[in-house]
Amino acid sequence: MKQVNYIKFEFPARSVNESFARAAAAAFAAQMDPTLEELGDIKTAVSEAVTNAIVHAYPDRAGLVQMRLRALEGNVLEIMVRDRGRGIPDVQKAMEPMFSTGGDDRSGMGFTIMASFMDGLRVRSAVDRGTTVTMKKRIKAKAGA
Amino acid sequence: MKVLSSYQDGRLTLYLKGELDHHEAASALRRISRTVDDYLPQDCVIDMEGLTFMDSSGIALILKISRLVAETGGRAWVENARKQPLKVIDASGIDRVIQISTAARP
Ligand SMILES: Nc1ncnc2c1ncn2[C@@H]1O[C@H](COP(=O)(O)OP(=O)(O)O)[C@@H](O)[C@H]1O
Ligand SMILES: [Mg+2]
Repeated sequence: MKQVNYIKFEFPARSVNESFARAAAAAFAAQMDPTLEELGDIKTAVSEAVTNAIVHAYPDRAGLVQMRLRALEGNVLEIMVRDRGRGIPDVQKAMEPMFSTGGDDRSGMGFTIMASFMDGLRVRSAVDRGTTVTMKKRIKAKAGA
Repeated sequence: MKVLSSYQDGRLTLYLKGELDHHEAASALRRISRTVDDYLPQDCVIDMEGLTFMDSSGIALILKISRLVAETGGRAWVENARKQPLKVIDASGIDRVIQISTAARP
């Protein structure tokens, strides 16, 4: 799919940046004329992926989180969130609903929400090398637009 | 985010306002735990009318409040959730363990 526009940025894995990442994704997506519901879905999925990089990837240091947002042909938004943290030993297991290695402040529903709110979710991970989450959302054409 | 509360006749209402994510959840839980300890409510309403965004950190928080209130024999439920938080709640399946009543708001 040909790329129409993109933006890349990185930030330290500090929780204060979670709201910034959501807002940045929503601002970038605005050019694709999403509905309020689609915007909500995008913000939710970004919040989940970025929170995972902050909470799980770097348990004892604020490493870097990279984000790339792409507007692709056909009004498809692609979101990539990458960390160079500890990685996921068993991705399939990690993606099961309610699976969590976190404490009781985690629900284990992050990947489930990313999968159900977006149209595509791919997770690539290697232990001690990091995790890359790539999600796609097709922004539907509006009637009368 | 902000947490306001009111108490009357055994019922504690927690008003959640703003955006609830992992960054906000820890301090929200501390405040809420203190309030629950103060009142030991029979009923605890989690009022989400003012909550404009919530991710799965909110699911963990709702479950914690529910457990906290249950420790002293009380019951918690969610009221007035807007569309986005409601969608997260639906996807999580917690409506099987805690009552969710909705408001028809955008
Ligand atoms: N970026 C990451 N780096 C390392 N581990 C991760 C990452 N993202 C997810 N995980 C692992 O996958 C599990 C499930 O993630 P998720 O579904 O978001 O649930 P939760 O974050 O509530 O634990 C996490 O508990 C963690 O073990
Ligand atoms: Mg998560």
